[in-house]
Amino acid sequence: MLLKRIIPCLDVDRGRVVKGTNFVDIRDAGDPVELASKYDQEGADELVFLDITATHEKRDTMVELARRCAEELFVPFTIGGGISEVDHVRALLAAGADKVSLNSAPLRDPVLISSCAERFGSQCVVLAIDAKRVPGEGEPRWEAYANGGRLPTGRDAVEWAVEAVGRGAGEILLTSMDRDGTKDGYDLELTAAVSSAVNVPVIASGGAGNLEHLAEVILRAGADAVLAASIFHFGEFTVHRAKDYLYARGIPVRR
Amino acid sequence: MIYILDYGSGNLRSVQKAFEAVDVVAEVGADPSRARSADGLVLPGVGAFGHAMAELDGRGLIDLIKERIGAGVPFLGVCLGLQLLFEDSEESPGVQGLGIVPGRVTRLPDRVKVPHMGWNQIEIMQDSPLLDGVPDHSAFYFVHGFVGVPTFPAYVLTTTDYDDLTFVSSIQRENVAAFQFHPEKSSELGLKLYRNFGRWVYGRGR
Repeated sequence: MLLKRIIPCLDVDRGRVVKGTNFVDIRDAGDPVELASKYDQEGADELVFLDITATHEKRDTMVELARRCAEELFVPFTIGGGISEVDHVRALLAAGADKVSLNSAPLRDPVLISSCAERFGSQCVVLAIDAKRVPGEGEPRWEAYANGGRLPTGRDAVEWAVEAVGRGAGEILLTSMDRDGTKDGYDLELTAAVSSAVNVPVIASGGAGNLEHLAEVILRAGADAVLAASIFHFGEFTVHRAKDYLYARGIPVRR
Repeated sequence: MIYILDYGSGNLRSVQKAFEAVDVVAEVGADPSRARSADGLVLPGVGAFGHAMAELDGRGLIDLIKERIGAGVPFLGVCLGLQLLFEDSEESPGVQGLGIVPGRVTRLPDRVKVPHMGWNQIEIMQDSPLLDGVPDHSAFYFVHGFVGVPTFPAYVLTTTDYDDLTFVSSIQRENVAAFQFHPEKSSELGLKLYRNFGRWVYGRGR
């Protein structure tokens, strides 16, 4: 049976991991490839690199990162962060990335999703959605934000997910802006709303603070994978231990 | 030397570096004379069945593959490389495959999500030196929309369950073995398969 996935996420700026880590047995905690390789050995099912570099060399540094990861990793990895052109996607895939994650650019130009899916296949096109709860009574609603969560777009996040999948996105990386960084757990309602609306895998992101948070978003909200950063980076939990926990909760995982 | 056949089907470096990681020397190329002198051949690949057969044909590799397999050289197909071993595929009607394994390649049915993507488990159907040290129900990484359906169950090495579907996830016929999944993306156990292939080619001593 298809297994549920645990995906550590690394934020990278000019080729270096941004958030600190306190792994003790790592030579260079700022090297994304070395850190990723450690996660591979710990049992991570995939890795996501989010490149937040703001310089105009960004594109080259991302391709270089993909090339280095492809040399060192033996699990699939995704690279995202400000990708807006088909040529950039092509360069990242040619360098060895298994998937690319698109976020802001398709909100401006949704055709980017179909262009990439037609050329490279849906399996390598991940749509990342940064969603924020819309205040108000009644049925909960979420708005999709662009530019790293700074720009409201007026788009309903669930409708946007449905449109993106219709255009060829093979997977949705769904981040709750309300929960991101809180350690209060994933937004179960948001995850359930998107995962029941689309027929592609949904990766839950934003809010993981303990292992039960990972279990509940899979069991109660239908997530196919869980993405987490800080609970792994700061050494609170190993991926291996998270796998054991999920397994004990009856969730099929690779161990 | 193990020779990874390059027919323009994308990134073969990931397969090569998997061999490197287990200290097995593997070259990438499309030189028929190098391929002919190889101790083992590997046919990886992603993309469409018809396109791949045309590319193999254009490089003069179809007859070479058949000849070397006939000569008993160990042969490993990966992903599309498994599908190409069959007679034909629903993906590219009218295109002949290598025909090493009787049967055809069919599209995954509409009732499951296509492509089948992610980590899934294998059920081992028979012993093979390629699965040495690989426990039953081990997980490997899959990305594919088509599956090979061998005519004879004797060639089924492993199967995999996907929702209510059971499909053939690896095959073996004498000196020919192939995996539908990507061992080079399947972490430690995946590397073990490449190590096992190296041993199959060179014997246990290597």
